[in-house]
Amino acid sequence: MKKLFVFFSLLAALCGMSATAYAGDAVALAETVSAAVAPVPNKGDTTWMLLSTLLVILMIVPGLSLFYGGLVRAKNMLSVLSQVFAIFALVSILWVVYGYTLAFGDGGALNWMIGDLSKLFLAGVTPDSTAATFTDGVVIPELSFVAFQLTFAAITTALIIGGFAERIKFSALLVFSALWFTFSYLPIAHMVWATGGYLFEKGALDFAGGTVVHINAGIAALVGAIVIGKRIGYGKEPMAPHNLPMTMIGASLLWVGWFGFNAGSNLEATGGAALALLNTIVATGAAALSWMFAEWLLRGKPSMLGIASGAIAGLVAVTPAAGLVGPMGAIILGAIAGPVCLWAVSGLKKTLGYDDSLDVFGIHAVGGIIGAIGTGIFVSPALGGVGVDGYTMGGQVMTQATGVLVTVVWSGVVSFVLFKLLDVTMGLRVSEEAEREGLDTAIHGERAYNL
Amino acid sequence: MKMVVAIIKPFKLDEVREALSAIGVQGITVTEVKGFGRQKGHTELYRGAEYVVDFLPKIKLEAAIKSDLLDQVLEAIEKAANTGKIGDGKIFVSDLEQVIRIRTGESGPDAL
Repeated sequence: MKKLFVFFSLLAALCGMSATAYAGDAVALAETVSAAVAPVPNKGDTTWMLLSTLLVILMIVPGLSLFYGGLVRAKNMLSVLSQVFAIFALVSILWVVYGYTLAFGDGGALNWMIGDLSKLFLAGVTPDSTAATFTDGVVIPELSFVAFQLTFAAITTALIIGGFAERIKFSALLVFSALWFTFSYLPIAHMVWATGGYLFEKGALDFAGGTVVHINAGIAALVGAIVIGKRIGYGKEPMAPHNLPMTMIGASLLWVGWFGFNAGSNLEATGGAALALLNTIVATGAAALSWMFAEWLLRGKPSMLGIASGAIAGLVAVTPAAGLVGPMGAIILGAIAGPVCLWAVSGLKKTLGYDDSLDVFGIHAVGGIIGAIGTGIFVSPALGGVGVDGYTMGGQVMTQATGVLVTVVWSGVVSFVLFKLLDVTMGLRVSEEAEREGLDTAIHGERAYNL
Repeated sequence: MKMVVAIIKPFKLDEVREALSAIGVQGITVTEVKGFGRQKGHTELYRGAEYVVDFLPKIKLEAAIKSDLLDQVLEAIEKAANTGKIGDGKIFVSDLEQVIRIRTGESGPDAL
């Protein structure tokens, strides 16, 4: 019946074009009709969102696990793999139970900070319900949006474990993950991405999650590393990565998956997605090279770990900017992120003396801040960006800085309270004996390599 | 009877084994070991962390031989394991009191 109605309205529009005398009336009729018919998801967009969701899952379960896993000592390999895997599983359940509705619902008086519980257990979300995109009248299936956003919540929570790898108690980590997801991820995601959210309404730009994902997780990891304390023997015993080829495979999977993360955040299969995809290649390339050359110059040798770390730093930096800046802007962002993150994981880390085992702060928080501020600069049409309404560089940079500040403070405070709370109740850290033995056998009762 | 223990560079193992077979040495035992001598270690850099690696990988080779073969064995190892660069290794020689072949119970030089 609907189709028939649309057909007649199109016919009317066509008649309007040929019979000029009635054109005005016919077009008006056609507009009335299209406004009355709810938009239907486009199959291309839907496919792209489903594919992007799979790509982000690829980033987490094999990608992040192997990237992190290769960087720890052999005795802790399985602990890292278990932590990432379990957190992905845990957050995916929490997301559909109450996460989605709190992140993207309308929270009424509290809407500046958090959503509501109207879609608890995904109430009312069906294969027919739709979610808005960035284009008026274009929608995607709401379930695809739920699934896509689920993966963001999961990877953000999983990223944090790198800060205190090799010494965290598994049970405490699971409790922390559930609480941090609830009290830090959901409010920040709502504030940045949901209509009515504090930073969204201020006009802070975060295309794919520079603040929500990377700064948020990076700060939590730093706070965790400080509250839990250094690994036994840190700075005295060698703690070299046990398998850099694993780290390389993980970094590569992260890069491939990141196309879903960044280009998928466009929510439509359009030129905007293509821009985000291209930026995700070139910013990463620039950062891999700039880290490599900086290391070569300062330390004498270009390392594989440096190239891979630079690539991740570039991916992080281009995340908030992906669909908003031009490719040349993306290259500059990446080129800056490489050396600055190298400094963050070496100079800054040494000066401040914390043991962020896998450099979540140095790469994700620092890279995220470069990206967030840089987005405010390179979104400028004069610099090849797509521009935003009423753009001034100074104003936008200030707005971006506000977004960074809110995220740093929010995540910092929530993480600190949660870590302290868990430390006095169930204890955050494994026993000294278990730490020396390695978490694989001490906590998980298995060994990664039986050679 | 003599016990010859040689520490050599890992990539020289095949050449040394061939040289020893050529002069009639019946068997050797090989172990992967780590150690330090005059050859310096090296530093490894992982992002910000720098580790000094003092112990370098070497091969330890043990051969029990008849005394009259000693000079030839020493010459064979010396020649085959030599690169002329620091870290080529060392050979240690000691007297061997007794040897027994477990399968047959033979002892002394007959067991070699």
